[in-house]
Amino acid sequence: MSDIAERVKKIVIEHLGAEEAKVTENASFIDDLGADSLDTVELVMAFEEEFGCEIPDDAAEKILTVKDAIDFIKANAAA
Amino acid sequence: MFDLTGKSALVTGASGGIGAAIARALHAQGASVALSGTKVEALEALALELGERAFVTPANLSNTAATEALIKTAESAMGQVDILVNNAGLTRDGLAMRMKDEDWQLVLDVNLTAGFRLSRAVLRGMMKRRWGRIIGITSIVGVTGNPGQANYAASKAGMIGMSKALAAEVASRNITVNCVAPGFIATAMTDVLPDEQKQKLTGAVPAGRLGDPRDIAAGVVYLASEQAGYVTGQTLHINGGMAMI
Repeated sequence: MSDIAERVKKIVIEHLGAEEAKVTENASFIDDLGADSLDTVELVMAFEEEFGCEIPDDAAEKILTVKDAIDFIKANAAA
Repeated sequence: MFDLTGKSALVTGASGGIGAAIARALHAQGASVALSGTKVEALEALALELGERAFVTPANLSNTAATEALIKTAESAMGQVDILVNNAGLTRDGLAMRMKDEDWQLVLDVNLTAGFRLSRAVLRGMMKRRWGRIIGITSIVGVTGNPGQANYAASKAGMIGMSKALAAEVASRNITVNCVAPGFIATAMTDVLPDEQKQKLTGAVPAGRLGDPRDIAAGVVYLASEQAGYVTGQTLHINGGMAMI
């Protein structure tokens, strides 16, 4: 399960160019990691690709922090 | 200049005069082209004429499901869509006081809403690849208005506004969104007009002639090119000086 958390963090670091130390589970993409709204759309696309799942728009809107992403993927991903 | 080798373009309304000219011009610059439209025979004839790098992807854009499916079809034919040309359009003219709701709705659905849906669908791949061109074929009447075309003018003005909004959203990802606005262009639609009316049309154009579909296609090639990468949210008017905006 921690594997999912690591993969999520890796994607966030790569996409946002964020410092690893700042990418904690409670970090907010927009408030703490400097993402804009388009970045969050791209992050969701990257999660979908990495984990082979579809994240519907209404769920994507609720993914605001690293932990939100990890929780959603743990609950829904096939991989 | 304006080399499109290795790029893949989807052109809607490619069975019409302007759409076919756009497809030919993009193809001549080296792009692969997916030809969409409702007249399958005309699309197949055009694909045959173009030879390699041409694919027939018919779709009826008044149908939501068919519109959504078109991008997938084009992507599976060409691998990806780098250039989307929203050219498909139709008219249902009539004075506003007598215009039926269906005629309003159909024109908005095909000319504007389908273009939005196609744009939304191609943006995903363009964002990932950090490159994209979306070009809407609007019309001079979207800017000036025209009696009898409340629906058509609204759809074309809508396309200009939509393009500006999209352009602002995705500019940072190296995706440009622009429009080309033709004036009076000689097509099958104008060929059938009586000479007297044609003269009247031409009289309103400082250039003294109707436009050729290739005049429009040249503008599309430019906006699709690498060289136009800093041009976004714009409308290029190609109308022989008929309206200088």
